[in-house]
Amino acid sequence: MSHDHSHDHHHHHDHDGSELSETALRVRALESILTEKGLIDPAALDVMIETYETRIGPRNGARVVAKAWADPAYAERLRRDATAAIAELGYGGRQGEHMVAVWNTPEEHNMVVCTLCSCYPWPVLGLPPVWYKSAPYRSRAVIDPRGVLAEFGVTLPEATRIKVWDSTAEVRYLVIPMRPAGAEGWSEERLADLVTRDSMIGTGLALRPEEVRP
Amino acid sequence: MSAGQDVAAALAAVPSIPCEAEGPVFREPWEAQAFAMTLALHQAGLFTWPEWAERLGAAIKRAQAGGDPDTGETYYRHWLAALEEIVVEKKAASAETLHARRDAWDRAARATPHGQPILLENDPLAGA
Repeated sequence: MSHDHSHDHHHHHDHDGSELSETALRVRALESILTEKGLIDPAALDVMIETYETRIGPRNGARVVAKAWADPAYAERLRRDATAAIAELGYGGRQGEHMVAVWNTPEEHNMVVCTLCSCYPWPVLGLPPVWYKSAPYRSRAVIDPRGVLAEFGVTLPEATRIKVWDSTAEVRYLVIPMRPAGAEGWSEERLADLVTRDSMIGTGLALRPEEVRP
Repeated sequence: MSAGQDVAAALAAVPSIPCEAEGPVFREPWEAQAFAMTLALHQAGLFTWPEWAERLGAAIKRAQAGGDPDTGETYYRHWLAALEEIVVEKKAASAETLHARRDAWDRAARATPHGQPILLENDPLAGA
């Protein structure tokens, strides 16, 4: 306890062994047992992890939004059956979730939360950011959406209604932000650069053309 | 008016949203493993996704009640607790088996020199 040079912290127990954290031990226990039972395949887990770390992210959702902005027929399909329209671009979920696209307008702004856990549209946005999983966001998005938006630096006109969508295990929402002015005639590829992850959750807006580097 | 003030006061007491917190998708390998195992077990038909979401939600609630600040950093701890629970509940493994195996991995780790892969065979009690 004292800070003198006692021998308190010099317990050389002679073990140069390794140490695993409590959580790592529990995960190894699960993984080894479930593998023995044939319920999981470690190689398949690695592929899954790599996919989520590198290949699935908000860029997917940005392509969906850009196409909806540029292609009215696609926007219509997205409105009618978002799961199918998103699958057209090759993005599909494995959890059997049903996707719903919600459009921002000058009258109404949409924001997505999952108050229960952290359901999130993985196929189009990847895995959720830390704040999405935090209790303050989960609780406050519902009771004080305007205050939450302010924390994200977003101020909407007073007249704009804010609609908060609570995700469930079955239904996931994708916000289609308003297309900014000044990007007329842009290709879908360029338009996608204006679409941020937060704009598809509803805690941000799409970037203005002057905000992206030329 | 006063109801509005109550709400404002209640909100002031709530910690702010960690807007800036981004970080990597998984902070440690075990988080990724726990995540992927859950997806794999769902694909194998051990449970439905709504069943999973319900367990995860309950685990988060329990942790909050137990004083976890639940700022999102501890998310995968709750995830792991929910996964163990549903694995036991669906009889893929018993709680005793999981505990015993956890201890075996612990002994194996301690018996493994630094820098070498930790294998279950390194458990001095393996096969005993």
